[in-house]
Amino acid sequence: MHLSGDIGVWIAALLTLGIFSFLYKDNPAYKLCEHLFVGVSAGYYVVLNYFSVVRPNLLDPLFHGGAHTDFLLVIPLGLGVLLFSRFFPKGDWLSRWSIALILGVYPALRITGFGQGDFVEQIHGTMLPLWVPGHWGTTIGNWILIVGLLTTLIFFFFSKEHKGALGGTARVGVYFLMVSFGASYGYTVMARISLLIGRVMFLLHDWLGVLHL
Amino acid sequence: MKREVPLFISMVAGLFVLVGFFVPHPWVRTGYDKIQQWVIIVVAFTYVLGMANLMRLNLEQIQRRARDWPYKIALVLACVATMAVGFHDGSKYLDDGTAFTWVYNNFYSAMSSTMFSLLAFFIASAAFRAFRVRSVEALLLAIAAFILMLGRVPIGNLIHPALPAAADWLMEVPQNAAKRGILMGAALGVMATGFRIILGIERTYGSEGGGG
Amino acid sequence: MSFFANLRRLDRRWIFLAIGLLVVVPLLAGFHIAPVLPGSRAKGFYDAIEKLPPGSTVVLAGDYDPGTIAENYPMHLAAARQLMARNIKIIAVELYPGGPPLADRVFRIAGAEYHKQERIDYVNLGYKSGNEAVMSQMGSSIPVTFPADRSGVPVTRIPVMKGIENFGQIALLVSISAGYPGTKEWVQQVVSRYHVPMIAGVTAVSAPEYYPYLQAGQLQGLLGGMAGGAEYEVLVKHEGLATRGMDAQSLAHVFIAFMILLGNLAALPQRSAKGGK
Repeated sequence: MHLSGDIGVWIAALLTLGIFSFLYKDNPAYKLCEHLFVGVSAGYYVVLNYFSVVRPNLLDPLFHGGAHTDFLLVIPLGLGVLLFSRFFPKGDWLSRWSIALILGVYPALRITGFGQGDFVEQIHGTMLPLWVPGHWGTTIGNWILIVGLLTTLIFFFFSKEHKGALGGTARVGVYFLMVSFGASYGYTVMARISLLIGRVMFLLHDWLGVLHL
Repeated sequence: MKREVPLFISMVAGLFVLVGFFVPHPWVRTGYDKIQQWVIIVVAFTYVLGMANLMRLNLEQIQRRARDWPYKIALVLACVATMAVGFHDGSKYLDDGTAFTWVYNNFYSAMSSTMFSLLAFFIASAAFRAFRVRSVEALLLAIAAFILMLGRVPIGNLIHPALPAAADWLMEVPQNAAKRGILMGAALGVMATGFRIILGIERTYGSEGGGG
Repeated sequence: MSFFANLRRLDRRWIFLAIGLLVVVPLLAGFHIAPVLPGSRAKGFYDAIEKLPPGSTVVLAGDYDPGTIAENYPMHLAAARQLMARNIKIIAVELYPGGPPLADRVFRIAGAEYHKQERIDYVNLGYKSGNEAVMSQMGSSIPVTFPADRSGVPVTRIPVMKGIENFGQIALLVSISAGYPGTKEWVQQVVSRYHVPMIAGVTAVSAPEYYPYLQAGQLQGLLGGMAGGAEYEVLVKHEGLATRGMDAQSLAHVFIAFMILLGNLAALPQRSAKGGK
């Protein structure tokens, strides 16, 4: 065993154990770690956004641009400052101007993004040959894919009651959805366990020095 | 002014971004590019707003000695200290060996990864206490989950050589079909809601009384 | 009290302890349950990089933070290694706030192994807020969106950025992502619009939703979770953290499958008693 001599690693290890202590029960050590995490995260985000966005994309081109100064940048500067009007009850309506810019841009980006990437291209990807000579497996797979997609879409059609033929088709769609949710559950288990493995590797290798990678 | 100006801003911004996708003319593309460059900056300000709001709420709770108020002091001090260290380091704040990087590695990174790793324990506990097979649908879900959990790890090949191939087929065919259906349905919903927001029909953010 | 009744009342902390031991013991014991066998999706990821002509430029988007480091970091490092081994120039961006130091760590390690120099062979442009707007704006102009690199050096003074205006000069987009913003948004905003080839390494929890993109040809390769990362490490012949974790992963999965069976078994007498009434 080679215990780490780095005080930073010891702090990280103790914080890790403090958070893991929640598994036994909620306790002051966990509460302290939780609050420290929120505080450090908030501070980190401010510093990061200043040096990564505000300075290079706003302050430098606006105040240090020389001949290439972009004076229009007073608009996002003004909108950014207006966000803080939320702290003043009489003036908080001004912050809606800034939010309105965000709420105009992102829906528009998503309309085109989802329309192209998640709708048109997916229809294109579903146009599969229904008969592939010499490849029974691919043929059957293509049929299952098309039937599965159509029945799933029919399940999500709620303008008519799911009875009779429509109800039966929707039921098939439900079965495909259950397979999909089961697959998602299996992958979720993998994800969660992986994150624990990573943390245990830190404790055993970086802190205690009992694991050799 | 309180309702009309935000609606006008979101409509103009949305239309420029929407039309700019299709029309490469400089008059449209200039507006398209500028608006998105501005929104990147405004979003950065929202992080600062979030921090300011967090400080305001916690300082209020410390002042009136609310529940767990000593921990709020730790929160505020941690936030202030992190910002002080970062701004002191300057533009090289993320270089190897700086104080800010030390805080990132030993506080932020350590706690962030540990918080997420807690979920492994809860998913194991939930598998025992909550996963009940009571119907045909639940049985299908369970079978798919078993095939995936065992087929996607190396031990699956030892249990049965067909398990990895079964897991692959499950993901590429039936799972794919259902996910594609969900994707396409969600795409239609997003597009409809997007148009409603841009055209001002969905106004929950802009009015005090709720949506119209 | 019957065995099943006792089982139903099992304190969950025993389950926590079991899962903890099933992760710690295989790591300490160092045994190998079974080899990692690369699948077709990992091979697609690997082949997409192998096909690139040396000297091409790729965008490597490390859109994750320490919360998913165990899954994404091994893939990120392996991708950087393969790209550098093939003398591919790398432009790195991160759309998660916690991402830049992790990307720096990747390049410090891989750059030293393959004797690559920052700003000449690769550059970390760092973080930008704005999610999809950043991706969309990179399609118009990467230098305008990222006027400086992570350390504040103007991109006009960075050799690897010479001649790079937008995605027209990018041979491949490599997305290492944890969720939003990430692979889905890159597909929607960049692949669909600018037809840049793209491969993705994602967390296991988000992997299932990208299979439609893979089948439709919007992605050329996909790594899902730590298992996908392990398969890729085998392909680049540099086994690391992901491969090492696979034995613990295998045992934990078997345990959870067993817990599902045990839980349903424990509930059986309760259900038949209710049914009898």
